[in-house]
Amino acid sequence: MDNEKTYWGENLRLIFICLTIWFVVSYGFGLLLVEPLNTIRLGGYKLGFWFAQQGSIYTFVGLVFWYSAKMNQLDKKYNVEE
Amino acid sequence: MDELKLYTYIAVFGTFAVYFGIAWWARAGSTSEFYVAGGDITPLQNGMAIGADWMSAASFISMAGLISFLGYGGSVFLMGWTGGYVLLAMLLAPYLRKHGKFTVPEFIFDRYYSKTARVVAVVCLIIASLTYIIGQMKGVGVAFSRFLEVDYDLGLYIGMGVVWVYAVLGGMKGITYTQIAQYCVLIFAYTIPAVFISLQLTGNPIPQLGLGSTLSDGSGVYLLDKLDMVVTDLGFNEYTTDNMGGTLNMFAYTLSLMIGTAGLPHVIMRFFTVPTVKAARASAGYALVFISLLYTVAPAVGAMARLNLLNTIEPVAGQNLVYAERPQWFKDWEKTGLLKFEDKNGDGKIQYVADKKTNEMVKVDRDIMVLANPAIANLPNWVIALVAAGGLAAALSTAAGLLLAISSAISHDLMKGIMMPDLSEKSELKASRIVMTLAIIVSGYLGLNPPGFAAGTVALAFGLAASSIFPALMMGIFSKKMSGTAAVAGMCSGIGITMLYVFQHKGIMFIPGTSFLGDMGPNWFFGISPNAFGVVGAIVNFSVAFVVLKFTGEAPAHIQALVENMRIPKGSGAAHAH
Repeated sequence: MDNEKTYWGENLRLIFICLTIWFVVSYGFGLLLVEPLNTIRLGGYKLGFWFAQQGSIYTFVGLVFWYSAKMNQLDKKYNVEE
Repeated sequence: MDELKLYTYIAVFGTFAVYFGIAWWARAGSTSEFYVAGGDITPLQNGMAIGADWMSAASFISMAGLISFLGYGGSVFLMGWTGGYVLLAMLLAPYLRKHGKFTVPEFIFDRYYSKTARVVAVVCLIIASLTYIIGQMKGVGVAFSRFLEVDYDLGLYIGMGVVWVYAVLGGMKGITYTQIAQYCVLIFAYTIPAVFISLQLTGNPIPQLGLGSTLSDGSGVYLLDKLDMVVTDLGFNEYTTDNMGGTLNMFAYTLSLMIGTAGLPHVIMRFFTVPTVKAARASAGYALVFISLLYTVAPAVGAMARLNLLNTIEPVAGQNLVYAERPQWFKDWEKTGLLKFEDKNGDGKIQYVADKKTNEMVKVDRDIMVLANPAIANLPNWVIALVAAGGLAAALSTAAGLLLAISSAISHDLMKGIMMPDLSEKSELKASRIVMTLAIIVSGYLGLNPPGFAAGTVALAFGLAASSIFPALMMGIFSKKMSGTAAVAGMCSGIGITMLYVFQHKGIMFIPGTSFLGDMGPNWFFGISPNAFGVVGAIVNFSVAFVVLKFTGEAPAHIQALVENMRIPKGSGAAHAH
């Protein structure tokens, strides 16, 4: 039972980390900080604009795969896999 | 018959033949196959099917056009409709899959041990899905009438017939395999014109990179800088910084779309079709990859189409296109009424500027940006033919997913779950096929006679999903103590406040003249537009639920144990009815 509680705790921590990154790239870089970031260029893109229309989406994809891989490890570590 | 029309017929009816073939091969024989495709879809297949299920006529036809005219403001759709999958992958999908039931209302019933909760969920699901379907049906009719010059009504009947064959015969199993085929069709149809256009404008074949490259006209100017310059010269807002209604509105809009995405039942349902929790997590990842393929190309399509359109009308500053010399595509789209020119100053040339008084392009429909884009860029006819098949694939695949959500909510949750618990599996299967046929007829009827409020309904669908379904599911998983009473109170107040806000600004049931506060910026709560209000509804839902929980006591012990079990993957079986 304790084993399952720690597993859930680690899962929550992982979700918290992922959602923080999720928030920072989209709402942070793409919306709230868009003006200062737009002074930096990424080729023809203004950086803030790039995060809003490209970068945040790539980060989302990475996050979902990273979370899924991490969870598979946790499942094994706590012996709760299917 | 000209070459273009011949190619279009081949593309459209060729893809239909494929869908029929798959439908025959994947007939459903049991309720498990009908509701969850037997539960043995692989994550990769499921990811593709989710992609097609999710990307509707709106994503395929309208989104790039919206971005084209909104510029940076259009980012809310890009981030909102992809970021929701992060929430889905981490907060809902794995646990719902572990619980292993057929439908979303069934999960709500088990978790909140309440028939009221199940009925509330069914009602939200049906309203959200039906409003969404109207748009798909209209998309089918429009695609037929514009590309094949078939009557809108006839086009819609053909579309209804095609969906009927594979959705009613195959249920989730048939829908899943056709959606995989439809995903391939739609992604090819979307990216190939974009690759051509990106090559023409920038010399880079990858649209995502082309958007950030210099123009290939030898000027060395970046495409986006050029676009900013051209639009501001004409008096429009700067493309890369135009923020739709301010930062707070964009923030709330994006969050509402994300939460709404994660709460849409026809998407959640797809996670019941995979065999394990691990596979549910993986399919969210694959789904997001397949969706991102289109969503990262869309901003390139939007920006490039805008530049091409402006360049056609005013190739060199001050030298406007003479109306009598306009290209063929211009004439074609004028016939449909989506483009309209009015020679206000009588000089026989076209002036397209932001100022309404002197602007002579009195109508430029947003949808043209995708539909006419290949023609504007002079692409070969087979590419234009592909766009027709792609638009139809996008509309049909989404319609099928929504129809299944509706029919399973009625046959499985209302009939079997509440009214006739001793319905046999065979009768339930028959009932769900009849219900689905009826749902096709109703949505076809609504597509033929779109209610006056059709334009406002997408906001309502996302608002309902965001303010009722998502919070109920999330609290069900992350708060063990959450009780049925508290959850129902939360759902009802979340929907209540969202509907009230939408109605007070858009009219009661969207009837013009019945809004008690005008639909204008100054009347909006902190400047949040009704479309962006779902997130406020969700916050109300969470708050009310926790306050009621404080006063009415927590969920019984066996429910708390159920939640604990949901949180660990161990012991998951295939999805089952009881």
